Amino acid sequence: MDYSQFGIMLPELIVLGIFLVVFFMDTFGGEGVKKILTPFTAVLFLLGTVAIWLAPSSPEGIFGGMYVNDTACKAMKCILNIGVFLVLLQSFKWADSEEMSLRKGEFYELLLVTLFGMYLMVSARHFLLFIIGLESASLPIAAMVAFDKYRYESHEAGIKYILTAVFSSAILMMGLSFVYAFSMGSLYFSDLSLAIVEGEMSGLLIFALAFVMAGIGFKLSLVPFHLWTADVYQGAPTPVTSYLSVVSKGSAAFAFFIIFTQCFGQVYSDAWEWMLYALIILTITVGNLFALRQKNMKRFMAFSSVSQAGYIMLGIIAANALGLASLMFYIIVYVVSNLGAFAVIQTIEDNTGRLNMDDYNGLHKTNPWLSVAMTLAMFSLAGIPPFAGFFSKILIFTSVCSTNSMALYMLVLVALINTVISLYYYLCVVKAMWISNAEPMIGEFKSTCVAKVGLGLCLIGILFFGLVSPIYEWLVNSVELSLWQPLALLGL
Amino acid sequence: MFGNILIWFVIIPILMMAGLGFCRNSSMNAIRAVMTIGSTALMVLGIWLCVDFLSLRSAGDTSEMLYLGSWMWYAPLNIHLAVGVDGISVLMLLLSCVIVFAGTFASWKINPLPKNFFLWFCLLSTGVFGFFISIDMFTMFMFYEVALIPMYLLIGVWGTGRKEYSAMKLTLMLMGGSAFLMLGLLGIFWHSAPDLANCTWNILEISHNSSIDPSWQRLLFCFTFVGFGVLGAMFPFHTWSPDGHACAPTAVSMLHAGVLMKLGGYGCFRIAIFLLPQAANELAWIFIVLTGISIVYGAFSACVQTDLKYINAYSSVSHCGMVLFAILMLNTTAMTGAILQMLSHGLMTALFFALIGMIYGRTHTRDIRQMGGLMKIMPYLGVCYMIAGFASLGLPGLSGFVAEMTIFFGSFQDADTFHRVFVIAATCSIVITAVYILRVVGKLLLGPVQDEHHLALTDATWFERLSTVTLILCIAGIGCFPNWINETIQHSFSPIIAAIQGAAL
Repeated sequence: MDYSQFGIMLPELIVLGIFLVVFFMDTFGGEGVKKILTPFTAVLFLLGTVAIWLAPSSPEGIFGGMYVNDTACKAMKCILNIGVFLVLLQSFKWADSEEMSLRKGEFYELLLVTLFGMYLMVSARHFLLFIIGLESASLPIAAMVAFDKYRYESHEAGIKYILTAVFSSAILMMGLSFVYAFSMGSLYFSDLSLAIVEGEMSGLLIFALAFVMAGIGFKLSLVPFHLWTADVYQGAPTPVTSYLSVVSKGSAAFAFFIIFTQCFGQVYSDAWEWMLYALIILTITVGNLFALRQKNMKRFMAFSSVSQAGYIMLGIIAANALGLASLMFYIIVYVVSNLGAFAVIQTIEDNTGRLNMDDYNGLHKTNPWLSVAMTLAMFSLAGIPPFAGFFSKILIFTSVCSTNSMALYMLVLVALINTVISLYYYLCVVKAMWISNAEPMIGEFKSTCVAKVGLGLCLIGILFFGLVSPIYEWLVNSVELSLWQPLALLGL
Repeated sequence: MFGNILIWFVIIPILMMAGLGFCRNSSMNAIRAVMTIGSTALMVLGIWLCVDFLSLRSAGDTSEMLYLGSWMWYAPLNIHLAVGVDGISVLMLLLSCVIVFAGTFASWKINPLPKNFFLWFCLLSTGVFGFFISIDMFTMFMFYEVALIPMYLLIGVWGTGRKEYSAMKLTLMLMGGSAFLMLGLLGIFWHSAPDLANCTWNILEISHNSSIDPSWQRLLFCFTFVGFGVLGAMFPFHTWSPDGHACAPTAVSMLHAGVLMKLGGYGCFRIAIFLLPQAANELAWIFIVLTGISIVYGAFSACVQTDLKYINAYSSVSHCGMVLFAILMLNTTAMTGAILQMLSHGLMTALFFALIGMIYGRTHTRDIRQMGGLMKIMPYLGVCYMIAGFASLGLPGLSGFVAEMTIFFGSFQDADTFHRVFVIAATCSIVITAVYILRVVGKLLLGPVQDEHHLALTDATWFERLSTVTLILCIAGIGCFPNWINETIQHSFSPIIAAIQGAAL
């Protein structure tokens, strides 16, 4: 066997290495080692991210074409890493708390295993490898969701998550068995694509498509597969919620794009464009309407993230290189904006234990900087210039319009009208902090240095990711340099 | 990049924001110093640009836009930071400079959180200036939205009355408008060239080789015109304007009515009509009907209001309707009138709102039934209010007369019955304007004093005088010497008129 192929798998190996180091330190290390585990993991992970950034990529598949690590996949992994690093910074105070002292190692181990799984989801070009990635990315998350073992809601959320995860995997597997039948006994993406002759539809294919879409839709919490989202987001410890909302969602979106353009690209306009079209309208609208009346900040962010998932899907329905690049850019910006908001929620929860929107009334009187940070994050999520969210939204709309189809143009109209609805509830948070005259519920407190660094990094992202265009250009380049071809390159 | 004079219109407000960042909320003097220096610098820059522009024109430079500059931003989508001005944008920039200057002094004693107030104020002006210098639709739209969002906090935090409701209503309505606008701009972008790789956001390039399909043009025209029309307070999308203006703090009302609403008119002119001339020819009648209703309906509504700010807000609906109305007549004279009206209305409304703020700051009421005889108590403010009122009802020698005359002369050129009927109806609004202006002046300034406590009130302070004198000088300047404005804008209409006539053939 040619072991040099493992060199291409460097990102996975690096994450695995970090996992092993953390695991052995946690298992065999003494008191002193456990104390430094939190900062150590963060630093190690940062170094790992840099190594992944510098690692070589190759457009050729390895292990018989099961695995590909081209420039686009590498860029996706870097985006996921940014999210994970910010989550690590945010979780410092939580991980160092009294009840977590013995178990924080487990948290990092589970986190790294899921990240490993997400890498495989992105890089897989064979459904078996994809399933391995998907399962190792979702099952450990259930344990993370139930991590606050003395809190009832956390348990409930854990159970809910694992049941939906297993259920959605089962649906996905059902779809894959249809795929297996359709492609005459092969699970390679490329074989399936060859088996589908353009325009030739069959009931089997439609079933396969619908089941696969539903299975991944659960992970992305697309409406109508979103029902678990609010409860799980609310029950899970806040760092896990932020991890779920950005990193887990991001990886599922990447996998969605890859599978649907690579395997089912031939039947884009015949079959799945319309399914996705309906899903997007439902997701954006229902997510928005439910977010309007939420009082708990974590539930609020849950519905806001449902609606954001709809915008992410716009990059998929565009189904061209521009769409993928815009989708990746959207996710980078979503990572910093959403994690910025979660950083504030987390800091306030750590220091005062308060989580309701009413508690934020008059926040600017006691904690002006936190209110500024939250305001910027909300503006960015709502897509207000000059913050990054504006650019990511406009770029994704532009890429959808590039298909030159009237139907998609009207889809953009729906999405744009929904941005106005979403602006209402994002402004409600701003209103509570700045305009409401009620007595401040949250006293003055000093947040820790690490929390400030984490939040500061998010703010830098919010302020500059949009104004600095090379990020987007890098993404477009990395998509164009990769060999696998989105639809537009196939000549559709 | 920094050699281009236009860029400095954006850089100076950003520098002001940076300067304010170093001030504390408690050190009022430092904040005032930053604002005074910044707004004076902007004013100087604006006048200098105007003089330089005129001298270039008189030296024989008749090109469409001057001071062109273009820097690549998002290469994959051909987005540039492209700037350039013609006579119209020069005048709009000058207007914005004047209003920012006057607004700074009108909010000299803003409370609470003066630093935050001026930070958002500067962000708003960044958006306004950026909008007028851009000739790239993407950056234009970006600056447009930058100018909209600070309104929410400015009204919500520093406003009066039902401020939370009004701020939310204003923001959501304007953002709804900008959603349609964005859709229109995206459509124009992707149809600007036959192949996708050559699509451009640049207004000049699109206008030179526009080949947008007529059926798309109609759709895009409606999207963009409605999008900008919301900000231009076009009926039936005007309802944000009375509530928003009534609840906003003084300087914000000034800037919003004075400049921000002009973004709507300017945008309709520069994008909807210039880039989609064929649809403009075909569909102008729909919007003539709507803006015609705005003019008359706004004027009638102003007659029955008792709150000074509501009166002025409805009168703005009427006057801004006139701007759009004139633009839609699609001929040079009426369009010249529209530009004059934008300037005139901007200055005069800003003056009105400044004076209302000053009066409200003293009497603590804006209800005209509770005030009277203010002329005896504060003669300076009273005289200023009268001047503003006369400008509004079109007294010769002040700016309103020149603008409205030009508009009605121009609009009457279209000889068919439809246009005639609407022009005559719009002309009637002059009479209605006189009714509500004279009613307010009589009630507020003349007659017996209604409230004993008002007798102890003082007249204007130095900074209030500075703010009002600046505006009055400009109003009289336009009224007495309208010709220099004509000279500034004379070359600006020819490409637009040529496009419209080309499409009509």
